[in-house]
Amino acid sequence: MGRKNIIIIGGGPAGLEAAYHLALHDYSITLIEKETETGGHIRKDLKLFPDFTDASEVRKDLSERVMHPNIDLKTGICIIELFQEGLKWVVKCDNGSSIIGDAVLLATGFETFDATRKEELGYGIYDNVITSVEFEGMLKEGKILTSRGKVPQRIAFLNCVGSRDEKVGNLYCSRVCCINGVKLAISFKELVPDAEAYCFYIDMRMTGQHYEELYRTSQEKYGVTYIRGRISEAAATFDNRIQLKSEDTLACLPLKMTVDMLVLMVGIEASRSTRILSAQNGIAGEYGFAKGSGINFRDNLTTKAGLFLAGTCKRPLSFQETIADAGAATIQMMDYLKDI
Amino acid sequence: MKDWGYKISTPRVIDLDIAYTAGYAKLVEEVPSAKKCIMCGACTATCTASNLTDFSFRVCHILFRRGQVANLSVELDKCMLCGKCNIVCPQGVNTRAIISSMRIILSDMNNRNNPL
Repeated sequence: MGRKNIIIIGGGPAGLEAAYHLALHDYSITLIEKETETGGHIRKDLKLFPDFTDASEVRKDLSERVMHPNIDLKTGICIIELFQEGLKWVVKCDNGSSIIGDAVLLATGFETFDATRKEELGYGIYDNVITSVEFEGMLKEGKILTSRGKVPQRIAFLNCVGSRDEKVGNLYCSRVCCINGVKLAISFKELVPDAEAYCFYIDMRMTGQHYEELYRTSQEKYGVTYIRGRISEAAATFDNRIQLKSEDTLACLPLKMTVDMLVLMVGIEASRSTRILSAQNGIAGEYGFAKGSGINFRDNLTTKAGLFLAGTCKRPLSFQETIADAGAATIQMMDYLKDI
Repeated sequence: MKDWGYKISTPRVIDLDIAYTAGYAKLVEEVPSAKKCIMCGACTATCTASNLTDFSFRVCHILFRRGQVANLSVELDKCMLCGKCNIVCPQGVNTRAIISSMRIILSDMNNRNNPL
């Protein structure tokens, strides 16, 4: 019968974790990543919430484990087409090559929301309005600086940018931005203890383990201020600071303030690869995410036999949930491959 | 009678057993997008009337939803119907239509209670 071939599309946490487990069970894995390095979005992170694990350590663990004789890692390769041919699956790459497998795992992940779509928040217009991804990049560099090279003394984070927003077509909650905002505010206060950090929120959704405790710690130990209200608009002042307008919905009063930097907590959207490959196979779900066969069971399966899903190609998930989901997907794949 | 300085305070609780919630039922029939409000306050943040008076669209909306309609007509008159709230609302709630609808429902109610 020979060894079964599995194609894993996406070398982020989900793809790496699944590749490792499947390799241990003696399948032959082709792991395809469009970037030149694996790791996906955690490449950009300094620390992971909620316990401030070093992201580069986690990434190192994940990537070292796929240095396995059963895994053929192909980086810098984009997939143009994915289709089924009889019982086999065919992947066509942008370099003209094709790969054939017995099963495919879609682990094509997410993209962050393009903040220029919320023009009233001034991203792409004012220098000191940045995204959470750019802020994380600054943390990784070890310094938070305004566009004029100064250490900000007052900074605001705004939640739900591109999430819970009917006008951009995203009704869903991205789930991880609340806790990520708490993490960023704490990281900022650790770096610049005398500065002020404000988080504007609509609801604080502290649903994961240790999230609520971290939210509390951010207030007790770090003095982060939380204001319940969405920022309706941002404008630059003559000295390149950012003036915000919000309502303090708990005080029932309009509120305005000037900050040195506004950080937009951009939400999670389906990635381009997720959109394209799901559409090609009739498994496109809501908001461009890939659709699993069931909500309670068969969440890693699709309507196409041999095509499986793992991680944030399905919906917003935390890093920990993604790892768990990748493990679940491998079991479903092994169940399937046992019978063909 | 001698005035001892005591008085009976009227309760300031929202009493949902007697609150006029039928008005809100009528409102959402006329403006279904009212149900999408997530109380983020962007409307109030951008509102010129809110910056200059104690008017708050969000507060009027939640009071009406809870049937707390006393003095609400006076509050609603502070809105100039400029529609900035419509623009900033992330949920696409038709805020201007809500104001107009609340005004009509409240004036109907007043007319019924105080016929000419």
